[in-house]
Amino acid sequence: MVETFYEVMRRQGITRRSFLKYCSLTAASLGLGPAFVPRIAHAMETKPRTPVLWLHGLECTCCSESFIRSAHPLAKDAVLSMISLDYDDTIMTAAGHQAEAILDEVMTKYKGNYILAVEGNPPLNQDGMSCIIGGKPFVDQLKRVAKDCKAIISWGSCASWGCVQAAKPNPTQATPVHKVITDKPIIKVPGCPPIAEVMTAVITYMLTFDRLPELDRQGRPKMFYGQRIHDKCYRRPHFDAGQFAEAWDDDGARRGYCLYKMGCKGPTTYNACSTVRWNDGVSFPIQSGHGCIGCSEDGFWDKGGFYERVTGIKQFGIEANADKIGGVAVGVVGAAVVAHAAVSAIKQSRRQQGDASEQNK
Amino acid sequence: MTAYETQGFKLDNSGKRVVVDPVTRIEGHMRVEVNLDSNNVIRNAVSTGTMWRGLEVILKGRDPRDAWAFTERICGVCTGTHALTSVRAVEDALDIKIPENANSIRNIMQLTLQAHDHLVHFYHLHALDWVDVVSALKADPKRTSEIAQSISSWPLSSPGYFRDVQNRLKKFVESGQLGPFMNGYWGNPAYKLPPEVNLLAVTHYLEALDFQKDIVKIHTIYGGKNPHPNWLVGGVPCAINIDEVGAVGAVNMERLNLVSSIIDRTIDFIDNVYIPDLLAIAGFYKSWTYGGGLSSKSVLSYGDIPDKANDHSAGNLLLPRGAIINGDLSKVHEVDLRDPEQIQEFVAHSWFKYPDEKKGLHPWDGITEPHYELGKNAKGSKTNIEQIDESGKYSWIKSPRWRGHAMEVGPLARYIIGYVQKNPEFKEPVDKVLKDLGLPLQALFSTLGRTAARGLEASWAAHKMRYFQDKLMANLKAGDLSTANIDKWEPSSWPKETKGVGFTEAPRGALAHWVRIKDGKIDNYQCVVPTTWNGSPRDTKGQIGAFEASLMNTPLAKADQPLEILRTLHSFDPCLACSTHVMSPDGAEMTQVKVR
Repeated sequence: MVETFYEVMRRQGITRRSFLKYCSLTAASLGLGPAFVPRIAHAMETKPRTPVLWLHGLECTCCSESFIRSAHPLAKDAVLSMISLDYDDTIMTAAGHQAEAILDEVMTKYKGNYILAVEGNPPLNQDGMSCIIGGKPFVDQLKRVAKDCKAIISWGSCASWGCVQAAKPNPTQATPVHKVITDKPIIKVPGCPPIAEVMTAVITYMLTFDRLPELDRQGRPKMFYGQRIHDKCYRRPHFDAGQFAEAWDDDGARRGYCLYKMGCKGPTTYNACSTVRWNDGVSFPIQSGHGCIGCSEDGFWDKGGFYERVTGIKQFGIEANADKIGGVAVGVVGAAVVAHAAVSAIKQSRRQQGDASEQNK
Repeated sequence: MTAYETQGFKLDNSGKRVVVDPVTRIEGHMRVEVNLDSNNVIRNAVSTGTMWRGLEVILKGRDPRDAWAFTERICGVCTGTHALTSVRAVEDALDIKIPENANSIRNIMQLTLQAHDHLVHFYHLHALDWVDVVSALKADPKRTSEIAQSISSWPLSSPGYFRDVQNRLKKFVESGQLGPFMNGYWGNPAYKLPPEVNLLAVTHYLEALDFQKDIVKIHTIYGGKNPHPNWLVGGVPCAINIDEVGAVGAVNMERLNLVSSIIDRTIDFIDNVYIPDLLAIAGFYKSWTYGGGLSSKSVLSYGDIPDKANDHSAGNLLLPRGAIINGDLSKVHEVDLRDPEQIQEFVAHSWFKYPDEKKGLHPWDGITEPHYELGKNAKGSKTNIEQIDESGKYSWIKSPRWRGHAMEVGPLARYIIGYVQKNPEFKEPVDKVLKDLGLPLQALFSTLGRTAARGLEASWAAHKMRYFQDKLMANLKAGDLSTANIDKWEPSSWPKETKGVGFTEAPRGALAHWVRIKDGKIDNYQCVVPTTWNGSPRDTKGQIGAFEASLMNTPLAKADQPLEILRTLHSFDPCLACSTHVMSPDGAEMTQVKVR
């Protein structure tokens, strides 16, 4: 179980040759010369796994449940071979002060080098005590662990936006992570929950390329949140042809026509559901007959009923915009995959900062 | 110091206080405190729900057809079960009848959840209370192989297979990066398994982690994703198309075949891995008879899995329904969720306020107002609790009672009621397990009994998935493709004012939602969930809930290692996000609440 990254890659059928090629791509993408390739290879073969501290605030644990559904890589390999999941109260053996002691140990030993993953969010009403960990408000634990972390992953719509407990009137004042922690890089991976393979891809991307994924202006990885579900929906031709399901279980529904008139939020939702799909690619909500409810969007609970038609869709100028967005997304994916384009680290960071032109909202 | 007797337990909080916070390997957040006597035996137990999200407040004023999506997010572990309960409540209120196909598909989805949830609970949340991972390093893989082959025909059982897992485990431990196994209670004398059985269980911990992701694909096919598949008031959202143009865009033969093959593999895994492991492990813990709590006194089940659509009477429900009180197994009482005298919630020891806290309220008329305060003898401060005072308010969970009794719910409650009703689907497997292990019926009322009932139910659920998939196919063959009834889809067809109740048996126990609808919007929404029953704090009479009762009189092998406490609490599969939510007559007011 304690395989290094290299061993995991080998076991997944990647040859030594491919591994070295991958190391050279990594070197190039980091702006390093070929001389660094053996060093990167050595590090991949021997380096300790990155500690991850996974905290839970107000949430429903759907993000953890989604994470363990990952098929590639298997959750088992992600947890036991790629990262070191040292704290996660949903699966860890230890409880009480033995559990709390782990936080202190990792925070000291790996100061500045551990990843903080947050599922759920801190409530600020009731003195913060509507989410209590170890007798204290969760927000205290969050701030304490965030202090010396390398980066934060905000799993799911709770950590990213607030999600259901923050829906009006938000009785506990549930607050997304980025409004509480403002001095750390935060990667938002929204969705209720996010797709399992997107979650593990974000983690493995960071480990593989040793950098944060490129984020859009809202802090989401562009590679998975750069396009609307509608843009790549397999029912899109029916939308373009004006063929719609008009009622549940009518002829249109049985023929797999577009669900726009049934309230589908695919046209306004940025996520990978229509491409990556769910649970090892088996299906996604639209394929199984229900419209998208927009669960990866900020405040989706308060944007009208799930069966109300998205209004003002025309103002999006579907075709023109979809093409434009599509072009950008291809560029982003291309940048990630074709790392030998020798993008320098400096250029990389510059691109991460200001790219309003690529914004699509 | 307080000492008194309730429900046959003598509570005494004079001994050494031990605090466990957070309780891990559960859904959500929970704290428990116990008092130990000089022999390290638990003489008082206090369980605290330590989170609150206010979902029912949020539901007020929303479209009832959307409520399933909100309530589904109460819990991502028992995903879908709240959504099913919600659509049933709304359909009850609006008198909507669903098609037979929708009933079969809903049952398959609910049973998929039961099978998946129980499997993941056993291996990934509960097993480490019985299984010493580090001890597995000392195992002889050849002997493990012999044991595996003697209890099951599961093919992955060669000595080389177990040796490989052991070698990887060895490297893992030697790396010093123990991840989720860090600071475990390895070597605690309360672990009783020989190294070879520990290795078997660790191996299947990993195998089950790989397999569980496949079971839920049934939710993905019928509901589009998992966790949190999609549901529909009036039926199910997935249309069925067997032989017309466009079948590839709907549930078709290929999709149905995929469901069918997953059902077969689920039955195989549960019957040939989970159940044999459960029995093998139980065999070494027969003398550890603690944790029975309320199970031999008061248990409750609403029943679930309607055989025919739209009939929620006990005779049509495949999971048993009824209540047993005062330990009288000779009588199963009728349960009526509409009767204001039966189910009531109290808040005397909860962080909520009632105008008169001596009285309980039926969920249709429930009120809730958060009121966070500590009892006067609590130690620490309001934002740094060192010790709870159980004589005051001490939990975000309310105290539901059935005719005034604290009740245990869950797989064990269902199996006890089914057993007492002499239902062969529940009685025969229990009798067989007891016979195989050489145990009397009394052994059922324990932590181990709770864990065993869950395993038996996982198997029951997997076989019932097959039953309903076959039923669905037979109905399709007869020409009925209908999956939704849209007669009352439009709010204009609804009465001005109405109310309804929907219920299920969630993996963790009896679950119901009560809804009031007015002018097409939700006027009032209330959920009473399994962990509210099991995790309830005390009531005005001082009666303790199922968690607290189950910990009583249990000895700890090591006072500073809460292994036995975790073992018994985990046997309930606590779900705190479910249990801690409230509604209020005036949601807007609650955002103003500040506790000082």
